[in-house]
Amino acid sequence: MTKSERFSWFHFSSPNTFYPLAGTLQPWFAAIAALLCVVGLYISFFVAPTDAQQGEAYRIIFIHVPAAWMSMFLYLVMGFWSGVGLVLNTRLASMVATALAPTGAWFTFIALWTGALWGKPTWGTWWVWDARLTSELILLFLYIGFMALQAAIDDPRRADKAGAVLALVGVINVPIIYFSVKWWSTLHQGASVSMKSAPSMATTMLIGMLIMALGFWMYSIAAVLARVRCVILERERHTEWVMKEVGGQA
Amino acid sequence: MNWHSWSEFAAMGGYALYVWGSYSVTLVVLIGEIVALFMRRQGVIERLAKYYAAHRRNHETEA
Repeated sequence: MTKSERFSWFHFSSPNTFYPLAGTLQPWFAAIAALLCVVGLYISFFVAPTDAQQGEAYRIIFIHVPAAWMSMFLYLVMGFWSGVGLVLNTRLASMVATALAPTGAWFTFIALWTGALWGKPTWGTWWVWDARLTSELILLFLYIGFMALQAAIDDPRRADKAGAVLALVGVINVPIIYFSVKWWSTLHQGASVSMKSAPSMATTMLIGMLIMALGFWMYSIAAVLARVRCVILERERHTEWVMKEVGGQA
Repeated sequence: MNWHSWSEFAAMGGYALYVWGSYSVTLVVLIGEIVALFMRRQGVIERLAKYYAAHRRNHETEA
């Protein structure tokens, strides 16, 4: 990495330079997300065949698994930026962590909701207190706890620090969710996709699921960029550039 | 092609409640988040415009 490249990365680590960059990138991520979801939904309903065992009920997989992946992945990303904010004391990293939480919480909710609707016809129950479901519910509480804790503290820098500690402690829950189906005997099935073995599903099913996951990922980036722009405006309101941005004269 | 008619598509092999219950709620959540983000942005800009205007007025009365 050359010196000028390194400089350019640090250049965007400040809120006033990141704000316009996020504004430029956000519509692109939104457009790619929309495109991927349309293609993914088409494959999910019109290309992927009916499942031999579960009939059409299995089609819930195309949103359930991607949402569950995003719920865990966004938490790890939130934990990472929380940690960066805590250690390096950078405002922008903490703002990104704050902006990630609601989107992560919604994906956790979607994973739980679609899981319940899938569980009823296949397991005969909406909910069981098994390790996978319970740890995913705890993930939802971690997201909600993070947001509630930050909202309860008036000083934004102290809110960042308190939230970061909670987020980092909660990171331990993510591997617990992921490996829960291996470590404990659960009603939930094992991993659909793993690095070690061939996927236990038809290729078109797998492709549909991966495209939906990519679509949810791009959606998450678009949503988080939009939200972090709001957070930046709110928290940097005392600066001259925000004043100019909002249209007030200095 | 999996479906011979739209009604067959809607019925989802008898699992309509579960499949459409999943997809509709997911759609509502994602669209809801997008709308909420638009509203939040507008709200922030309006609030800040008022905040700056109030600041300017204070400044003028002081001077």
